[in-house]
Parts: sequence; C-alpha cells; structure tokens
Amino acid sequence: MSASAGTDSSSAAPAVPGSSAPGTGRIRLATSLFVLVVLVVAVLFPLAENSRQGTMSIAVFAVIFMVAVSAWNIFSGYSGYLALGHAVFFGVGAYTVALMAQDWHVPAGWAIMALLPVCGVVAGLVAIPVGLVALRTRRHTFVVVTIAVFFIFQTLATNLAFTGGTGGIQLPFVSWTFSVYNERFYYVALVILVATVALSWAVRRSRFGLQLMAIRDDEDRARGMGVRTGRVKLAAFVVSAIPVGMVGGLWAYFLGSVYPQSAFDPLFDIALALMGFFGGIGTIAGPLVGALVLESLQQYFTQTFSANGLYLIIYGGLFLVVILLMPRGIVPSVSHRLRSWRAQRVDRASKPAAGSDAAGVTG
Amino acid sequence: MSFDGLIEAIIDGVLTGGVYALMAAGLSLIFGVMDIINIAQGAMVVLGAYLSYVLSVHLGLDLFVGLLITVPAMFALGVLLEWGFMRRLREGDRTSMSILVTYAFAIVIEGVLTLIFGSDYEELNASYTTNSVHVLNFYLPEIYLLGFAMAAVLLGGLYLLFFRTKFGRGLRASLQNRTAADLIGINVNRTRMLAVGIGVAVTACGGMVYGATVAFNPDSGYDLISRLLAIVILGGMGSIGGAMASAVLLLVLADVVAVAWAPVWSILVFFAAILLVLSVRPEGLFGARAGRAQ
Repeated sequence: MSASAGTDSSSAAPAVPGSSAPGTGRIRLATSLFVLVVLVVAVLFPLAENSRQGTMSIAVFAVIFMVAVSAWNIFSGYSGYLALGHAVFFGVGAYTVALMAQDWHVPAGWAIMALLPVCGVVAGLVAIPVGLVALRTRRHTFVVVTIAVFFIFQTLATNLAFTGGTGGIQLPFVSWTFSVYNERFYYVALVILVATVALSWAVRRSRFGLQLMAIRDDEDRARGMGVRTGRVKLAAFVVSAIPVGMVGGLWAYFLGSVYPQSAFDPLFDIALALMGFFGGIGTIAGPLVGALVLESLQQYFTQTFSANGLYLIIYGGLFLVVILLMPRGIVPSVSHRLRSWRAQRVDRASKPAAGSDAAGVTG
Repeated sequence: MSFDGLIEAIIDGVLTGGVYALMAAGLSLIFGVMDIINIAQGAMVVLGAYLSYVLSVHLGLDLFVGLLITVPAMFALGVLLEWGFMRRLREGDRTSMSILVTYAFAIVIEGVLTLIFGSDYEELNASYTTNSVHVLNFYLPEIYLLGFAMAAVLLGGLYLLFFRTKFGRGLRASLQNRTAADLIGINVNRTRMLAVGIGVAVTACGGMVYGATVAFNPDSGYDLISRLLAIVILGGMGSIGGAMASAVLLLVLADVVAVAWAPVWSILVFFAAILLVLSVRPEGLFGARAGRAQ
C-alpha cells in the first residue's frame, strides 16, 4: 500500500514513511514553508490588486473552481472513479441559497454567506441517492451514469415549478460598495478553500484515504482484504459533494442570479475533470494548480474576447496538448522530474572521487 | 389524447428514430472498434450539419449531392482523430480517458463553429425539407422519409461490410484479440483507423439529415450527445442493429410522452433508459459485450 501511495505523492503531500531518503526532513520543511508563502500571498493578494477589479473577479472564480476541483479530487482522484456529474451538486448549492434567500426573505449581506454550510449539507444529502444508484456501476459505465444523472437534474431545474423555470431566481442585491464586493467574496471563497484542502490532506493521510486508493489500484482485491468498498466509495462521494455545494451557493450569490443552464452546466462537469487531469489527479496540489491556471485563463479570455469561441478552442486545445505530453498531469510530471534530478545530484555527490579522477584525466 | 394523435406520435417516432440511428451509428461503431466513448459525436453531427450548410448556401449544392464532399471530409477528420489522439491513449484506462479527450475535442469543434458562424440558429433548406407526403390521415415529412431510407441503406451497408467482407473479418478479429490479429498479419492500427474514419463519415450523413429536420447552433451538440449515448447504451455498445432498434424504440417512447404529457419531459425517457439499462443490464438490451470478453 505504501508503494501505491509513493508512486504519485505530490510535492505538497507529506513524504511517505519508509521512503526516508537523505534530505526528507529538509523537503518537508521546504514544503511547509512553500505552503505558508502561498497562503500569505493569497491573503495579501487583494491589497495589491485593488486598482483592477477585473483581476479580482477572476480571482473569485479561480478560488471557487480550486475548491470544486479539490473536492472532486477527494472522490475521483483518490478512488479512480471518474465522476462527470458534480455540476449536480454545484447547481443544487446554487438553487439552495437562492430558494432560501427568496422564501425566507433573508436580508442581503453576511446573513446569506451564513447559509453556505446549508448548501453544502443539502448537496451532501442529494449525493446519497445519486451515489447509491451510480456506484452500482464501475469504470466507464459509471462515467456515463453520472452524465445521465446530471442531465436529469438539468431537466428538472428547467421544468419544475418551484425553480422558476428558465427565468431562474434572482438573489437579493448586496449593497456592498464596488471596491469591497469582490474582495469579500474572495475571502469567503478562500476560507472554504483552506478548509477543503485541509480535508483533502486529512483524507489522503487517513486510513479512509488508503482504502480509497486501494480501491483505485484494484477494487476486487481491496474488497478481498476487508475494505468495505461500497460504504467507502459512497462516503467519499458524499464528502466530495459538500464543498462543491458550498461554492455553488457562493457562486450564485456572487453572480446575483441562478438559471438552470448556468447552474447545471455540462461545461462545469468537464471543467472539473479537465482541471484535475491538467494539474494531476490523486494529488493535493494538482487540482489547485489545474484550476488556478485553467479557470483564470478562461475568465481572462471571456473578459477579453467576450464569447466568440476562441477561448473554447484554446481551452480544449491546451487540454489535448497536456494529456498527450504529460498524461499524468503537470504536478506529478514535474515532481517526478524534480525527484529524478535530485536523485542524480545525490548520486553525483556520493562519488566525487570518481568524478574528479575522470575530470583530472581529461583535464 | 386521441387515437390518431397516438398513431401519429408513433409514426413520427419511428421516422425520427431512423435519423437518430444514423447519428448514433458512428458512436456505436467507434466504441465497438476502439473501446472509445466519443463524446464529440454530438459536436461532429453539428459539424456535419454546418458543412452541408456551407455547401448548400454558398455553392448552391443540393443537400444529398453535398454529401459527396462532406462524407470524405469527415472521413479524413475521423482518420486524423484516431491517428492523433485515440491510438495514443494507454490501454489500461483508455475508455475513461477517451471520454475526456473527446470531450475536449467537442469543445474545440464548438469553439471553431462559434468563431466562424456565431451562435445564431441555422437550418438547412431544400424543397424536400418542407414538403410532406399525404398517406391516409397522416402527413409524413419527405425529409424524414429520405432520412429513414438513407439510415436503412447505410446501416445495412455497414452490417454487410463488417460481416461479409475480409476487412470486416479483420476488424472483428482485431477486436477479439489484438495480439493474435497482429500475428496473423492483420494491420490492426490501419484497420482501426479506417473503421473510425467510416464511423465519422456516416456521421456526416446523420448531420445533414439532422440539420434538415431541426434548427441547430454550435452548442446543439450537448443536447444531442445525451440522447445518442442513451440510444447506443440501450442498443448495446458496438451493435449497429441494436442502435437502430433502440433509436426507434426511444424516439417512439419520447414522442408518446410528449403527446401524452408535455414535450419538455420527453427528454427524460432517454435518461431513464440510461439509468435503467446500466443499473439492471449493463451490457445493453441487444448487447453483444459478453461475446467479446477475452
């Protein structure tokens, strides 16, 4: 089991016990420092960017997607089950906040932010029956079932009476000034992101995470060794739905309205998987890198070129190139390269005599 | 619902089913040949419709004559897709990865079409897209009759190609056991490449009939792919006859639901079919998957 975890431990993941090569402590210290620096930059980022609000709104979308992809990765990355229906939970979160705000007359402002955990809980509850149906199947059959479930929810949101149909639902208008609007959403998203990454890290280190990865490597053998596969898969599916529901709610509130076509968007389904594979699934840093790069790019292109299709070409094309050149994603490929480079250096350092002899002869 | 209304819904369903079978055949074929689920099938149908649109509007070609150009063009696209992407996927997780790669491909196609044509709805026009044949009490649109006939001919042709020719035998051999097929001198890569090309070429015909029956824009592909997947799954992945039968069955059901209940709910027939089939009988109603197990 430690071997399977070792093959794709990311740069942000803790070193696997048993692989304590010289310098492991230093690597762990460097990783902690790196995480700290990233966190400080993320917190201070709005102060430096106050002049251009466009950048700030890109940042809000990017953090929302970093949450969603990290959460998706807790299920799909660790268990190897490729879920293409997480837009269901995003849309459920979005409609939950909109309906609550509308029916309970929640005042605009922080009160609505306080409802976001409810969105997460509702999304988690929806994930239970969906998971019970979908997880009866495996591999590509599972993928197709999740796609079908997604389209069922989209149809329901479009046609049921209480969702407002294609007219959607408007959320109460927040009277925050323009300069703090994006910033406040950014910080709320950042808090959810830190919690989600901590969750992902905790799952990866836990017995639960090891069971998931055992399922990914060989489900039948995992079951044979006593893993309760059905229960473990369902638990991971529900856990991964909760943060997605929360950012779905945040996203709806940020935009001020929900429509069935945008809340249940097929592009969202595929975006999570593209971003996950782009960065590297099954790692902790991979989904973050993938979402940060791809979502920022997409938002930037949408702002710059509006909707003329160019960003679709670049978006799809970029993914095709990465999947061909680095089939495991950016983070695993880069960390693999870093590790082999480091190993080479250690090798060279351990036999300096031979090296200097050779140098002496040729010199 | 009147009895005539029901009969009309059933006739409509059968004819529309032929059009959908034509669109779904490529999806089923490519899965059967490569174990690849081509999510770009919907986008390719729309691409075929746009190619026919360009030829008929700008060159004034008849829609069926235009197929002489669009079919080879789409064949080339299929060959390129197989050579450039599909064969490069690793064997182990090929099917799952293929969903992502072809989804990205669909996004690129949608982007190119949006860039060139914008997102307004277009439709294909000819005398036979508006005329109807009057039989008993019912009006049968000519284009649906032509589309159904073309579907029957093409799918029959595909069946003969696979089960009555040397190429077909080589193709089926390379499906059953790749290594053994290599050993007895079948060029597996070339066989697969041609098969994918044929699948995409048939899609060009489906795209033309699709564009002649409904209005389309670059993102019509999303709506299509969910229906096509349902058809192919119900019919059994890789089975051409199954695709035809399940397309007719599902479209009749959808039309009856539309008449008896409301048109907006007819789409649920497709998703219910997917869920039902996959959770009860994963190999599909007419599936031959078990026979292919190695």
